[in-house]
Amino acid sequence: MEKAIKKYMPIFVFPTLAAFIIGFILPFILGIWLSFCEFTTVTDAKFVGFSNYIKAFQDPDFLHSFWFTALFAIVSLVVINVFAFLLALALTQKMRGTNIFRTIFFMPNLIGGIVLGYIWQLIINGVLAKYNTALALNEWYGFWGLIILVSWQQIGYMMIIYIAGLQAIPGDIIEAAQIDGANPIQRLFKVTLPMMMPSITICVFLSITNGFKLFDQNLSLTAGEPSKLSELMALNIYNTFYGRVGWEGVGQAKAVIFFIIVVGIGMWQLKATRAKEVQQ
Amino acid sequence: MKMKRTLSWVGTIVFTILGLIYIAPIIIVLINSFKNKVYINLEPFKLPSAETWTGLSNYASAINQYGFLDAVGWTVFITVGSVLVILLCTSMCAWYITRVKSTFSSAMYALCAVSMVVPFQMVMFTLSLVADRLRLNTPWGIIIIYLGFGAGLAVFMFCGFVKSIPLEIEEAAMIDGCTPLRTFFTIVGPIMKPTYISVGILETMWIWNDFLLPYLVLDINKYKTISIVVQYMKGSYGRVDMGAIMAALIMAVIPVIIFYLSCQKHIIKGVAAGAVKG
Repeated sequence: MEKAIKKYMPIFVFPTLAAFIIGFILPFILGIWLSFCEFTTVTDAKFVGFSNYIKAFQDPDFLHSFWFTALFAIVSLVVINVFAFLLALALTQKMRGTNIFRTIFFMPNLIGGIVLGYIWQLIINGVLAKYNTALALNEWYGFWGLIILVSWQQIGYMMIIYIAGLQAIPGDIIEAAQIDGANPIQRLFKVTLPMMMPSITICVFLSITNGFKLFDQNLSLTAGEPSKLSELMALNIYNTFYGRVGWEGVGQAKAVIFFIIVVGIGMWQLKATRAKEVQQ
Repeated sequence: MKMKRTLSWVGTIVFTILGLIYIAPIIIVLINSFKNKVYINLEPFKLPSAETWTGLSNYASAINQYGFLDAVGWTVFITVGSVLVILLCTSMCAWYITRVKSTFSSAMYALCAVSMVVPFQMVMFTLSLVADRLRLNTPWGIIIIYLGFGAGLAVFMFCGFVKSIPLEIEEAAMIDGCTPLRTFFTIVGPIMKPTYISVGILETMWIWNDFLLPYLVLDINKYKTISIVVQYMKGSYGRVDMGAIMAALIMAVIPVIIFYLSCQKHIIKGVAAGAVKG
């Protein structure tokens, strides 16, 4: 059978392979090469070694955006997951209307980042205007604004994953704990939470990578105002490419650093999940 | 027993209030979309009065001055086109690389897994150069880019499902004289329907809302998607027409809500499936 299928390789594989080369492999390799070059267009690329990377690490805006992003990722991770878990717990109880509530909490997740950003810009600026200030005046307004925005967007999503996890816990385990005399709080911490570890690792991973990769919402809500202080890494890289002539190489070097950070988080996550899987 | 019932009612009431707060941002934007643009920034939380009410004129200016309907058209075209192409090509590719064991197959699988982790910023500059060189900067060309960039997740999810299909069914079909193509389209395709729906929904959500990829790849003087128009309305310096923006935000949200309410079950299933795989 394999031989028969093999003859059809061009039809089955080539369209995807060709598009994959154009859309991913070629830009990726070119990107790594260009991070070692100085250029404005690819034709005038000149090899310069590690100088782009050195410039990237010497750029105070980039370093600031790194810490700002790391803090943002951690805070959003905690806020999103705590609320999502509580919602999932509440909405798996016997109660009227749980399905409607799930529908409502999930909905913002489907709205695009740019649109979300402008929806919240109106509201947050409306509130801040009462105190005679605005989003563009202080980077911490932007920071908490973004936290509110991504929480609104992603709590419903994580809630769905947690609900799936909660429903997969076999009822007899909870019942056994109940018979053994465990109170609701003990049941939550000693039975439910340990059983939920796979869902928790998935959600933690998703929210931390989402936090690091966030771009559209940042661009639309604050656009880095005031003076680049509310820039997350992705936006900083974008602005280096398209805002500073002659810095394209540095932008590409920053992009490679960014890629390594995101992959690093991915690897760490994989290890953590593997460790948990052994225990089960 | 009685206490449990009252508790459940209290829960329902609390969550009704929470739910209303949750959708309040959209309602506020909706209310503002009917106000004269001058008043939107001044008093965003007030209901429109006789003085501030402008009816549908904000919607008219979003459509007439900013070409919002063209953007909707292009967004629909790009999303539907890309999703159909992705579903067809990647499912075929996934079936091939799971059934034919070779170095090429495992390399392809590994590359797809890697591509899911790569942030878009890593390739955005070079991708837009490549797209420009190959003249893929049209809504037709961008479909190829989406196939390439979205292939990772799709191939990965299809492979996961193909592995669970018993080989005997396909073998029987091929012994009976089916070519691999016919086996794929008459036997494997229908079995994979649930995965087609999950992948289709994940890719639709991504492509419909995507901003940066079309913004960098498309020739935006000619073709704009919804996200690009919204960003363009706000980001272009000079006069910012808040009224038209509010109307555009509402018109951008409505199709999404309709889509969500009409295939909610599939969406939630698809999201859960994608999250576990990713």
